[in-house]
Amino acid sequence: MEVNSTKNIIRVAIGVCVVCAVLVSTAAVVLKPVQKKNKKLEKLKNILYVADLLDKDKNIEKIFKEKIQSAIIELKTGKELSKKNYTKILNPDSFDIKKLPYNPKLSVKIAKKKDIAGIKRKSKYMIVYFVKQEGKIKKIILPVYGLGLWSTMYGLLALDDDLKTVSAFTFYEHGETPGLGGEVDNPRWKKLWKGKIVFDKNWELKIEIIKGKVNATKNDAKYKIDGLSGATITTRGINDLVRFWLGESGYGTFLKKLREGGVAG
Amino acid sequence: MLVKLKRTLLDPIFNNNPITLQVLGICSALAVTSKLETAIVMSLAVIFVVSFSNLSVSLIRNYIPTNIRIIIEMTIIASFVIIADQIIRAFLFEISKQLSVYVGLIITNCIILGRAEAFALKNPPLQSFIDGIGNGIGYTLILIVLAFFRELFGAGKLLGFTILPINTEGGWFVPNGLLLLPPSAFFLIGFIIWIIRTFKKEQVEED
Repeated sequence: MEVNSTKNIIRVAIGVCVVCAVLVSTAAVVLKPVQKKNKKLEKLKNILYVADLLDKDKNIEKIFKEKIQSAIIELKTGKELSKKNYTKILNPDSFDIKKLPYNPKLSVKIAKKKDIAGIKRKSKYMIVYFVKQEGKIKKIILPVYGLGLWSTMYGLLALDDDLKTVSAFTFYEHGETPGLGGEVDNPRWKKLWKGKIVFDKNWELKIEIIKGKVNATKNDAKYKIDGLSGATITTRGINDLVRFWLGESGYGTFLKKLREGGVAG
Repeated sequence: MLVKLKRTLLDPIFNNNPITLQVLGICSALAVTSKLETAIVMSLAVIFVVSFSNLSVSLIRNYIPTNIRIIIEMTIIASFVIIADQIIRAFLFEISKQLSVYVGLIITNCIILGRAEAFALKNPPLQSFIDGIGNGIGYTLILIVLAFFRELFGAGKLLGFTILPINTEGGWFVPNGLLLLPPSAFFLIGFIIWIIRTFKKEQVEED
């Protein structure tokens, strides 16, 4: 049998392809459930992180179950979706922030003028998380996202029970330049958010990221956050996405309802 | 036979190191060595891929037609890389996020195709497998040395534990930020090659 004959070339090529394909797909299929579980744990871990509930010795799923309550809310009305109206897509276990904006039935186009976060479409529903202690809401965690320089940045914003003080802020997914925009992950920068006030006493949206350092002696310092140097566009993106999600197009109505005591939960 | 196998295993570690003598696989050596942990995982993935791709290529070496041999080798290598990547994603999730694309880029690591071409095509399976492991270890050794210096003097840590408390966190050590950037690995590799060639004169290239 001639090794370099056309027949043998085809035979070897097909043989190698088939064997490799089987190996690769077996690995992918067998390992998929484990990878899925990792992703889910990662999500829970991020929520616990902004809630400041992460405890290395305890099981993440257990803490989450005990301390956190998820709710799906309709952005337009600010109402919570009751459990009996949960569907296959609209339920806390399978709620997918990334897919829903592309679901034609469950999403709306955002008017260009209002789309400051650069996300084009938004889901009609969003998931929020309550941190509870003895039946009372202690913190509320809001998923936010928007365009940075290179990527859509996904984050979680935790507010205290007065619904205007930031308790924590973190991005769990972004593709910004390491060392510049990527500094959104820097713990020191994230710490700046703690204690900042997003609404003034008339519930006007006030929070703003400025260029350079905040002058702490000024009265409005509590509404302002230092920008990241060398990352103008990323910083602007974060400013815009926070303002978008806390404003009318985002959680505005829901937060209003909540402080008027209208949301059962 | 055993002596030969031992030489196949040990030669690539110092005498014929893929990074310092053959100067292959530099790209990933720059990218993943800012931390010891990622360097170790990356090295294990490379050892796995290079040894098994060598073994597989060697097993079918007598049937591989010469004009499609590179594609065949690449297909085999790519498959092992995907398998390694999937395993890391499943069991070492945190690290897989830091390694990101670099596991996938093992495919383009010249060491692996180099060994398949230069060794596995001409030698029996067991020897090829051992050669793969030897080259993998040679690569690992350099990566670990690089990562050791970069993490220790760039971040004051080793494997995430603080060894030298750095000044921004209240310690006394002023870290060298350059070490955390990829180019620093170039300087370090240069130093390592210099040191090795000072002792092993036969590795010095003639002008």
